[in-house]
Amino acid sequence: MAHTPKPIPNEIPQLLVHEEADNVGVVVVEGLTAGTDMLCCITHDNSTFRLSAEADVPIGHKIALTDLKAGDTAIKYGEDIGRITADIAKGAHVHTQNCKTKRW
Amino acid sequence: MSSKYANTTIHGYRRENGRVGVRNHVIILPVDDISNAACEAVANNVKGTMAIPHAYGRLQFGEDLDVHFRTIIGTGANPNVAAVVVIGIEPGWTKKIADGIRLTGKPVAEFSIEQKGDFETIRAASWAAKEFVHHATEMQREDCSINELWVSTKCGESDTTTGLGSCPTVGNMYDKLLPEGITGFFGETSEITGAEHICKARAASPDVGERWYAMWKAYQDDVIFAHQTDDLSDSQPTKGNIEGGLTTIEEKALGNLEKIGRTSTYIDILEPAEAPGKGRGLYFMDSSSAAAECVTLMAAGGAVIHTFPTGQGNVVGNPIVPVIKITANPRTVRTMSEHVDVDVSGILRRDKTIDEAGDDLIEMIRRTANGRNTAAEALGHREFSMTKLYRSA
Repeated sequence: MAHTPKPIPNEIPQLLVHEEADNVGVVVVEGLTAGTDMLCCITHDNSTFRLSAEADVPIGHKIALTDLKAGDTAIKYGEDIGRITADIAKGAHVHTQNCKTKRW
Repeated sequence: MSSKYANTTIHGYRRENGRVGVRNHVIILPVDDISNAACEAVANNVKGTMAIPHAYGRLQFGEDLDVHFRTIIGTGANPNVAAVVVIGIEPGWTKKIADGIRLTGKPVAEFSIEQKGDFETIRAASWAAKEFVHHATEMQREDCSINELWVSTKCGESDTTTGLGSCPTVGNMYDKLLPEGITGFFGETSEITGAEHICKARAASPDVGERWYAMWKAYQDDVIFAHQTDDLSDSQPTKGNIEGGLTTIEEKALGNLEKIGRTSTYIDILEPAEAPGKGRGLYFMDSSSAAAECVTLMAAGGAVIHTFPTGQGNVVGNPIVPVIKITANPRTVRTMSEHVDVDVSGILRRDKTIDEAGDDLIEMIRRTANGRNTAAEALGHREFSMTKLYRSA
């Protein structure tokens, strides 16, 4: 199990994703602006992809990796972290305005 | 298999009961809230001592009183403490606490205030405290294996970077040092909610997992559902967690559980402030998720070093246990660096691996055990917070 991936040289990613199954990732740089062509890295295996940020999103906040519909399940760590409560476009901000626990 | 930490030593204080401490405090310990003033006066008279004032200790009963006694006795018994002066308002509970600490074999002196007053109590207790300072300052550190350390963890002001960086760093440390034979603590009962299925499965045996689940469920039913006035949306995640990007309690819990790494399993469950009784290994302590309360309970259980991952920047410390702060959040490193002992923000830049960050933390544990003061110690953070289960009589 590759929980200690190899470092990526030269370029710093803007977005980290825990697992390949996840549909949200975390912004890990300050001052990310809409339109940024983000380098995204899946920490599990250090594989990378590109995604355009559709909003200014603060460090630590999440971005949708695909178009998400109300009623979908948000997946992070490969686990269910809550229900999508409003449609979210790929690259847009995911937080309390459009995602909520299923617990209560 | 021999790991690179098999022969790692630290310079600690070997106590009378065989345990290893990393600090050498002489503490002036109040049994109850109204003895705080006398304890603070003694600590002012005798340099090199520390009073540990707190808010409770009168008219408690039942399980709440048991937690109080365990916390006070455990604090005095902690191997980071060389000797203890106990002061209470009346002799009964004062003796109970002093005798509890005496089981370790360390020097303990007890004083009660009724029929004497503060002045006479302070005079007599100051003489004892001065003798204890002479005794403690002649103690020498000696080589001890790193596996004699009892290391606790609890995270605070969490955000999404704690689950990506600082919590997995602690997990990597446990995955490396638990096989060497250290004793570990984790807890925060309420913050496992959302990942309880994973925590249950991380027990060393199905029986321990079932007991863990029953404990967690009892907390949900007896505390949360019995006292809630709304759903927990305003409390879990906290406002600070939400500011840091955490959206749901599940997301927060999954990040929290990264602290026990990939391979570590827990061997037993502890009551709040209870000392481990099943030998070396990892223990889950039923505990509050509030930083100072949790660190206080784990210190009373016998932990001598605390590892504290933070995202948005928690500043907590403890009077007797060094609290090592770890953060992966580059903004927190930029704005609050005076509180950070281990900067693992390189994990987010992908120029540091979790494995390397775990090694960095172990090195900081070794240096802290050898005497390096943590950021929280240097800044005077000595939060000592008693856990209160219900109203006093």
